[in-house]
Amino acid sequence: MAFAIFAAFVIATLFITYWAAKRTANTEDFYAAGRSITGWQNGIAIAGDYMSAASFLGIAGMIALFGYDGFLYSVGWLVAYLVVLLVVAEPLRNSGKYTLADMLAYRMNAKPVRSVAALSTLAITAFYMIAQLVGAGGIIKLLLDIDYNVSIITIGILMMLYVVFGGMLATTWVQIIKAVLLMGGTVILSIMVFAQYNFNIVTMFDQVSLKFGQEFLEPGLKFTNPLENVSLGLALILGTAGLPHVLIRFYTVPTAKDARTSVVWAMFIIGAFYIMTTFLGFGAAMLVGHETILNADKAGNMAAPLLAQALGGEFFLAFIAAVAFATILAVVAGLVISAAGAFAHDFYSNVIRGGKASEKEQMKVARYAAIGVGVVSIVLALMAKDQNVAFLVALAFAVASSANLPVILFSLFWKRFNTTGAVTGMLTGLIASLTLVLISPNVMDPENAIFPLTNPGIVSIPLGFLGAIVGTFMSREPEAEKKFDELYVRSNTGLGAEE
Amino acid sequence: MSTQREKVLASGIDWHVIAESEEFKQMMAKKKRFTVSATIFFVIYYFTLPILAGYSEILNTQIFGSVNLAYLFALSQFVMAWVLAIVYVRHADNLDKLVDAIIQKNKGG
Repeated sequence: MAFAIFAAFVIATLFITYWAAKRTANTEDFYAAGRSITGWQNGIAIAGDYMSAASFLGIAGMIALFGYDGFLYSVGWLVAYLVVLLVVAEPLRNSGKYTLADMLAYRMNAKPVRSVAALSTLAITAFYMIAQLVGAGGIIKLLLDIDYNVSIITIGILMMLYVVFGGMLATTWVQIIKAVLLMGGTVILSIMVFAQYNFNIVTMFDQVSLKFGQEFLEPGLKFTNPLENVSLGLALILGTAGLPHVLIRFYTVPTAKDARTSVVWAMFIIGAFYIMTTFLGFGAAMLVGHETILNADKAGNMAAPLLAQALGGEFFLAFIAAVAFATILAVVAGLVISAAGAFAHDFYSNVIRGGKASEKEQMKVARYAAIGVGVVSIVLALMAKDQNVAFLVALAFAVASSANLPVILFSLFWKRFNTTGAVTGMLTGLIASLTLVLISPNVMDPENAIFPLTNPGIVSIPLGFLGAIVGTFMSREPEAEKKFDELYVRSNTGLGAEE
Repeated sequence: MSTQREKVLASGIDWHVIAESEEFKQMMAKKKRFTVSATIFFVIYYFTLPILAGYSEILNTQIFGSVNLAYLFALSQFVMAWVLAIVYVRHADNLDKLVDAIIQKNKGG
């Protein structure tokens, strides 16, 4: 049964890829879907790009096992979009072309800034990708009993097909379909759970409290160090606005106004989804029970699928398994195109070829880069089998918030900011995040970890800002200051923006 | 294919003149006032949640049956984000009118 739903999804997405391939003739099509996506479509696609299997299966599991703390964890994932909306989305759309580095290099010496920005994008994407793929391999094994290696290679080949042939247009529609499936599955499950309690929130909470004790509904079962929560919150709020695979989605819409509309759409979908994870988590805890959830998977990832099975039998389980599969594919496809852009557009076309590569050459390199990124990701994911890679997501957010965000803010709003500052800022943020995670309980024995927090944001973000400030004052760059007016007016009005 | 820089020069936009113009400065002042106050508001509102959850017992107060302040406050964060997003869009739509006037005046030539 699951295979039939699976096959339907794969055939549908490959058909879309075929359709998109005929419409992908140049780099603007490849990276930005020809800027043809509407605001609301892009909003759904952002939600599809962002809501990973970790959100769907992970947070539902966390709520099922730890109650309130799982919900607390999900709040920051939505509030983070306020930074994207208020500060980053529109200026980025107005001043860049295909990648985050376009905006960062706008008034700087392009080669060093693009190189470091590409490095940071590749690092973030690699961490995120490995976390997704390794998690996917494990989940698909549990759901469908397909061998780990087979599922990684299947996902890897599909994500490469989408991106290499269908570019951003195919990626966008895969993300839209995934978001609709994910929301559909979540709504149905939530309603079925809610019906058990006669659609009365207080009854549901009372029952949960009766079975697991009131502490289950209070903070503190999972997160015992408050500083950790604040540090995680900082990394989420400042990191989301620095995630390259989310930011490049804003290039797919025609104007900054559409970029704005798309964030609002994404916020309503993502917010509704995270609120509903409470129903999934409570439903799983009540109807499936902790013991069964833990027996299936120690991390709780099977809570939502088991709930589906309990409520709707094998057919519904198969449907939810297919939704999880679609969820993973849509996220990794977005990551492939983001990494391909960093390599082909930033590093190859602009640094190595100095902006002189022909359109045809750029297209070829973009496709090769996507294949390269895909192959490397598959190999890394195969090597990381059985490793605990959950911390890689925290690392991706730490790098995005510490290396990218300070430099995004300074290039948009600080006239004195220059090339040296951008390079030192990004490198400091990147190195600080990596080092702090390596000496944290994520990697070291929790008892003896040198750095006590699993999320380094509270230290690495200020260091990223500091690195950018110190670097800026170490040099003067009249050219960068002179071009400030240009970027400032362009990013805030859309004059001269790519059409 | 022209580079970004050449295109801008060809479009004849004098960025410096616009940046120094009264209309642009007024638009930016309005924009910044909103962005800064909204950001301060939501950052304080958001971080109050993990801080209260970590350092006090107040969120354990039960309001409706077993539904406690912790859930209501967390839920209010979603509402806060949605409302602020809508308020921002309204504000930005108004700014768009000012921006359109600036664009009309400086469309290059």
